[in-house]
Amino acid sequence: MNVLRKVTKNPLGLAGMILVLAWAVIALIAPLIAPPERGSDDPYMIRRVSYMSVPQPAAKTDTLLGTTGGGYDLFYGLIWGSRTAFRLGLEVVCLTMIIGTVVGGLASFAGGWIDYLVMRTAELFMCFPMIIAAMVITTVLGKGLDKVIIALILFGWPSSARLVRSEVLSVKQRDYVSAAEAIGAGRMRIFFRHVLPNSIYPVLITFASRMGTIVLAAAALSFIGIGAEPGYADWGQMVNFARNWVLGTLVNPFEYWYTYTYPSIAIFTFVFGWILLGDAMRDALDPRLRGSRRRRGAGNRSGRKASKPGAGGDDPVPNRSGQSVPSD
Amino acid sequence: MYGYILKRLIAMPIFLLVLTMTAFALSMVLSPYERLAVFLPTEDQWTEEISLDDLVARYGLDKPFLEQYWEWLQGVLHGNLGWSASARMPVAEALARYVPASVELTLFAHILVFVGAISVGTYVATKHNQLPDQVIRVVGSMGVAIPGFVVALFLLVIFYGWLDVLPPGRLSTWAQDIVSAAEFHRYTRMNVLDGVLNGRFDVALDALKHLILPSIAMSTGMLSGMMRVMRSSLLETLKQDYVTTARAKGIKESVVIIRHAQRNALLPVVTMSTGAIAAIISGTVIIETIFNYRGMGKFAVDAAKALDFPAVLGVLVVVSSIIVFSTMIVDILYMILDPRVVLR
Repeated sequence: MNVLRKVTKNPLGLAGMILVLAWAVIALIAPLIAPPERGSDDPYMIRRVSYMSVPQPAAKTDTLLGTTGGGYDLFYGLIWGSRTAFRLGLEVVCLTMIIGTVVGGLASFAGGWIDYLVMRTAELFMCFPMIIAAMVITTVLGKGLDKVIIALILFGWPSSARLVRSEVLSVKQRDYVSAAEAIGAGRMRIFFRHVLPNSIYPVLITFASRMGTIVLAAAALSFIGIGAEPGYADWGQMVNFARNWVLGTLVNPFEYWYTYTYPSIAIFTFVFGWILLGDAMRDALDPRLRGSRRRRGAGNRSGRKASKPGAGGDDPVPNRSGQSVPSD
Repeated sequence: MYGYILKRLIAMPIFLLVLTMTAFALSMVLSPYERLAVFLPTEDQWTEEISLDDLVARYGLDKPFLEQYWEWLQGVLHGNLGWSASARMPVAEALARYVPASVELTLFAHILVFVGAISVGTYVATKHNQLPDQVIRVVGSMGVAIPGFVVALFLLVIFYGWLDVLPPGRLSTWAQDIVSAAEFHRYTRMNVLDGVLNGRFDVALDALKHLILPSIAMSTGMLSGMMRVMRSSLLETLKQDYVTTARAKGIKESVVIIRHAQRNALLPVVTMSTGAIAAIISGTVIIETIFNYRGMGKFAVDAAKALDFPAVLGVLVVVSSIIVFSTMIVDILYMILDPRVVLR
């Protein structure tokens, strides 16, 4: 709760929290504000009010925000799209964190060639352009949100693995680990009971900002048409639907402004909220992270000194662990 | 350091081998008939009676995985990356045509990102907690949160649809005619540079005009992110004892910032740049499609949609070599900036 108070004391953090909570409420009550049509088997498929290819403004239809090309109800798509964003973000972020923490943690705990191999593999994934790789995956496995999730996890775990690795390297030298070894605790027990709980902190801190970046990446994939199936309530795809109508007509270049503006605003507010929240969370929880940086030392000369928590709103400073070749 | 460079240079082919093999193995998930689709001629081009099985055998699609990979690899070593059915030309030729276009665009975007991030980040750090700092901080967070494709669409609507000043594509029609003419030498296939080299500054200017919107759209996210890092890193450096010492000696503030603080503050930015380069190259896929800019990204999208695997593999090889190589450069740069780091 202390953290919550610190986050909300920071005006930007408060703004981020409000945005995220607002979207969470919308996602929760989606069936109430945008009831799916009777007899539709999947509420996530956007309601179609007509099959007209030309977008219609709100005034000409009985929809709140108008329709995009193909007669899809914009309002319905936006509301249900929030559920898609939350589901996708939570699934990907939680899974990447779990996989990254366990794999990266175990590897660096084991050390030696296992550590080397896992970290080189992580590098392989990290310095690879995710979008092009996701394209390869979806051409082979077919389209769909689940494939996007697979691609995002595949390319997301290394960053958690690296964060946790640098922590484990220092934690496993601690006295309490030696003590556990001395009383004859098993290696696995030491890892899961003593090392891991003391090393996951830097990963947990990145949760909120990662929610933002993951939803952003997923929107990009949906936008180029390799994400959700056509008609699925997904903001990136809704912008993609609007692409043909972006230039409007010769008379009025902004003729179909609503088709791309609303979904863009949805993506932006959602991601912006998470990023602000992430910044505030890091500011509130930073001191320990700062300590861990000082221990490793290579990236910063002597860690951060005397920066008032919350006052500066300082941004992340990647240390050498974000680098492709570890210096330790 | 030389040992490190040597190690990297040796590791690079191994890296590429593993990478292409993985991608190749992935393509094997598809049945030979699915992979055949891209080779099939259109209906009016059928000249012989031949069964699908024969065609599969002709293109060697039914051979074991390693054998097919080995054949592909042999071709690559001989400079033959295979046939791209979606572009209707050899993959090597398509890459030679499209990669320079993307290099031109991404170079432009890189300049925007690095120069913009470092200079704006430095400026706001010197104005800590004053109005410019507060404003830029919020704008920076917003820039991180806006997807590149949204920026691209809005730029297109405003500057092409409404104001009609900056068109999409790579060149205007008149300039395209000049460039395709025989007397125009395409030294680099980058239009801005070729225009200058040929003395046709109007062509160079036209090409430059076409680069503005896509490079802005590609760089907003990275520019904002890097600016935030630069800002906080410089703020931190300015609190160091040696900066205070320099100030106490009476050195001008601008000299203190540029000579003493900025160099150390650059380290996190350099660390970040590996990811930035990969992100910008990834960005070409989306941005080139939106602006109808015929480069490698658009080529990759078209190839992937047509299941044109030789083409996708070709793009993979080029892109990952560029990224691996730039990672090495960044590591070396890091060592030059921070002599305490020893690369092994």
